[in-house]
Amino acid sequence: MDALGDPTRRAIFERLGDGPRAVGELASELPVSRPAVSQHLKVLKEAGLVVDTAQGTRRLYRLDPDGVGAVRAYFDTFWNQALAAFKAALEQEVD
Amino acid sequence: MVQATGAEVRREITVNAPPERAFSFFTEHFDAWWPRSHHIGEAELAEAFIEPHAGGRWYERGVDGSECDWGAVLAYEPPHLVRLRWQLNGEWAYDPDLEHATEIEVTFTPAGDGTRVELVHRGFERIATGETLRREVSGEGGWGGLLKRYSESLGAS
Repeated sequence: MDALGDPTRRAIFERLGDGPRAVGELASELPVSRPAVSQHLKVLKEAGLVVDTAQGTRRLYRLDPDGVGAVRAYFDTFWNQALAAFKAALEQEVD
Repeated sequence: MVQATGAEVRREITVNAPPERAFSFFTEHFDAWWPRSHHIGEAELAEAFIEPHAGGRWYERGVDGSECDWGAVLAYEPPHLVRLRWQLNGEWAYDPDLEHATEIEVTFTPAGDGTRVELVHRGFERIATGETLRREVSGEGGWGGLLKRYSESLGAS
């Protein structure tokens, strides 16, 4: 599963990097409907990237402060890119 | 693709070259394939090196001649395995505290006419704990910012 492979989820993740947000705030900042934002947040939550807390009547989402999921997701994508670059450069040399 | 578990990342790729060539290209010619966008010095990246022996340095040299360590070579067993200590934190800065170091192991296995290259990066729980990370996550240069830089580099490549 590549939780950050989707551009909208990446955008949501980046917004949450600036500070906690409610679903409605994210939906107003991004060209996405509230139900879609909720769906993306669910995926990010399952990946261990974000956590949510109830605050009064609303639910606030923020990056998981333990951060293991975030670090892992980051390096997962990073090494994928780096190894692809390795393969490309190597095979160019061989040919 | 190998499934990642816990606080580690596993990635693999098959390349069209024998293990000897793949291994030496990965290590001795590290500079030839490493994504230029990823480095830690203030100056632009001139060259990056993995010294080809156990105990060797893993470092970069900027265009201004300044050198920055990334970590060290823990094991060097051509053409099968190289293990590296990664000492960069979430902001791509060198962290000399070994308690925070993570580890990367790369193995090279013959696969048909080519080589299967498997990379495991483990120990994220060591950098992803405590005040440091909390600060990084909430701060301006946090993982969000790092990811943003990464998406930008993807867009640029």
